[in-house]
This record gives sequence, C-alpha cells and structure tokens, in this order.
Amino acid sequence: MNLRLDFGVVWERWPLFVDGAWMTLQLAVLATLFGFALGALCAVGRRSGPPWLAGLCGAYVEAIRNTPLLVQIFLVYFGLASLGFSLSAFTVAALALTINVGAYTTEIMRAGFDSIPRGQLEAGECLGLSQRQVYWHVLLLPAMERVYPALTSQFVLLMLASSVTSQISAEELTAVANYIQSDTYRAFESYITVAVFYLALSFVMRLGFWGLGLLLFPRRRRLGTPL
Amino acid sequence: MSQPTSSSAGPVVALRDVHKSFGSLKVLDGVSFEVARGEVLAIIGRSGSGKSTALRCIDRLETIESGEITVCGHRVSDPKLPLRALRLDVGIVFQSYNLFPHLTIEENICLAPVTVKGRRRAEARETARRVLGQVGLGDKLDSYPEQLSGGQQQRAAIARSLAMEPQVMLFDEVTSALDPELTGEVLRVIEQLAAGGMTMVMVTHEMGFARRVADRIVFMHRGKVWETGPATILEAPETAELRQFVGSGL
Repeated sequence: MNLRLDFGVVWERWPLFVDGAWMTLQLAVLATLFGFALGALCAVGRRSGPPWLAGLCGAYVEAIRNTPLLVQIFLVYFGLASLGFSLSAFTVAALALTINVGAYTTEIMRAGFDSIPRGQLEAGECLGLSQRQVYWHVLLLPAMERVYPALTSQFVLLMLASSVTSQISAEELTAVANYIQSDTYRAFESYITVAVFYLALSFVMRLGFWGLGLLLFPRRRRLGTPL
Repeated sequence: MSQPTSSSAGPVVALRDVHKSFGSLKVLDGVSFEVARGEVLAIIGRSGSGKSTALRCIDRLETIESGEITVCGHRVSDPKLPLRALRLDVGIVFQSYNLFPHLTIEENICLAPVTVKGRRRAEARETARRVLGQVGLGDKLDSYPEQLSGGQQQRAAIARSLAMEPQVMLFDEVTSALDPELTGEVLRVIEQLAAGGMTMVMVTHEMGFARRVADRIVFMHRGKVWETGPATILEAPETAELRQFVGSGL
C-alpha cells in the first residue's frame, strides 16, 4: 500500500469550504423551517381536510417518497426554467429540498397526531375550541414531542442529502469539494475534509435541536424527562 | 337545595325518544328523560347499557339517528347547530381526566377562557386560582398533570370545566379509574357543586353516592330507560333488572 496524503493544497483553500458549509447550513435551515410548516399543514390536511385535500396531500407524499431526490431537483430546476422563471441555483435547491422534506415530515407528523389519544381532542372540543384551535393548542406540541427524535433525524438527513444539489451547481459543501479536487487533483483529501465538515454540521444541528427541544417542551425541562 | 335564579323556564336538558346504533348494535332505543335547573340526575346501569352514550349525545360527542335533544335552548339534534354555543353552556368531565399533558394546571384552565371567550390572561388566571381553590388544589397552579395523583387530576379537570361557567355539567364515570380514597375526594367536590345548585348529569357506578346526592335516578338497561324516579327507587326497585343490579353491588 502506498498511501500518501497531502492536505496542504486542499486546506489552503479553506475559505471555499467555509463558504460551502455556510450555504449547506442555510439550505438545511430554510428547508427545515419551510418543510416542517409544509409537512405539518399537509398532515392536518390529510387527517382532517375535505376528501379532495386529503387526497392531494396523500398524492404529494407518495410522489415524493417514491422518486429520487436528484430527479426531483432536476424537475424543479428545469421545470421552473421552462416556465420562464430564472431562479438562482440556491433558490431552486432550497425549494426542492423543502418539497422533499415536507413529504417526509407529513408522514412523521401524521403519526404524531394519530398517537394522541382521542380524549384529548374531545376535551378540547368540549371546552369550545374550534378544530383549528384544537390542532394548535392541544395536538401540535404533544404530537411534535412524541415524534421529535424522528423529526430531527429527518432534518439532519436532509442536510446531508443537500449534497445532491451540487448537481445543479449550488455552491454548497460537496460542490466545493468537487471543485477543489479537480483543481488540486487531491480527491481523497478533498472528500475527507468535506466529510469532516458534514460531521461538524450534523453535530451543530443536533445541538440546535436539543436546545430547541428544551424551549418547545418546557415540561421536559422542568421534570427532567429526556426526549 | 338552593334554587339559582334563572329566567329560562323548562328543563335544562331534555331527551325525547332518542335512538342510536353503532352498526347493527342498538345502543339507545327510545331514550327520554329531562333534567330541571339545579337538579342532579344520576344515570346508572350495567356496562353497555347505553348510559355513557346517552351522556355523550347531550354534548354532541355522538350524533343520534332519531329523536330530539335540547340542552339550554340549543337543539342538539339539529345537524346545523353551532357547536361552540352548545359547548359554552355544557361542561363535561371524563373518566380519563383528559388534562392537556404539555400545559401546567393553570394553563390547562386558562386555555379555553382565553382562546374561546377572549378573556384577558390576568383575568383568566384569577379565575383559575378561584376554581382551583374550590376543588382544593390552590397550591397546584404550576404543576403539570403528570405530577398529580389521579384524584387531583380529576379535580383539576373539574376546575377546568368550572372555569367556563357552564349551565350544566356532565360527569362520565369520573371515579372509575380511582381507588376508594381518591374517589372520595372527587365525590366530595361534586357534592359541593350539587349543594351549590349546579345542574348535573352523572353516569356513575357509585351507588351510595348516587343515593345521597342525586335528586333523581335513571336506570338504563338495553338502551332503554328501564326505571326512573327519586333515589328511593334504589331501596325499592320496581323492576327485576334494577333489583338484580343494585343487589349485585351490595
């Protein structure tokens, strides 16, 4: 075996990695926020909407879960272009990732809502709350609490999957690594470096979700029950 | 029993010839009864006799197939009934408490007054303090439901209902999940409410309590009101079924 690693030429381009990591993080945060909102709404639509809406949400979920992310990204990219919209690669990437993670979030949140005992909903209704208020005040947080580990895993997975958007030249981490390895001919070193960046980003995200969990679920914080 | 002042005459709750089935199972087979203002009605009967279903129909948690239900002037059997108006007048307490686990007791109680009635938060807090005092939980404002015993949770659920100032309160086997000691503390709260003139309908298996507190008893059997009358019918049942039912428990 004759392995000689030379990180020097790779690491001297560190500002590019930092820029790439920043864009990856931005993509992840945007898609997490909008994807969660989209998914939670679709979960409600699928459970309590009129038949046409429930059907539409179901079709969306199945379409996304049964096609590759890369194909979805190309569909958004070329689809919007042929409709005459010229959006930046970053915008298209954020949009495609949001649509993708929204579908998975729909199913996770649906499981969360379904896990809340019927009596909770009845108690809310009998106090005079409207269906919307029952979802907002009674069901949302307990449902999220129950599926929080699944949700956060999904969002970390989304951040990792954002590497695929390098295919439409979004300047995120993997695209940076692609560029640097072709520039320096140090492919292994480039991808090792980028893998370490992804590990760090995952760690940052999990830390963020842990903190967010403390904010969202004060009962856990006060009673000391772990998530 | 004190008679609360009220302008509306006639019964607060009235069921007339109510029918309901779950699939091929007939659960309510022509049920009729009335509850006057300030009256305490106890519905007793075997499991599966339809008593909980009858109670749930009063608050439109179940819809009926035929017959008529009127509650505080609302025509409950009308499919176009605005549910919120009905539920502002009716309070219900469940066997499984159904407190919201992610909210403190105070937040549980304040939620509906703030979101449904549009009360200011400070005012709702004041109400929460008052109703919790009424059920003997004045020191539990900041506790979460899981920190309370079953009896305390049930009393908190009663307080949550009281905070909405209902015209009539429904109790659906509220002590069935509690041991005798905790049952006692919940029943004492209900007894106080009765003494205060609250109109109440309760489904219960506590015969002694029904005898002591109820103005009238409805004994249900096979989806029908089998026998009804003052609490004395428990001592001298007319029907064999009621005789067997009270006899088996003692």
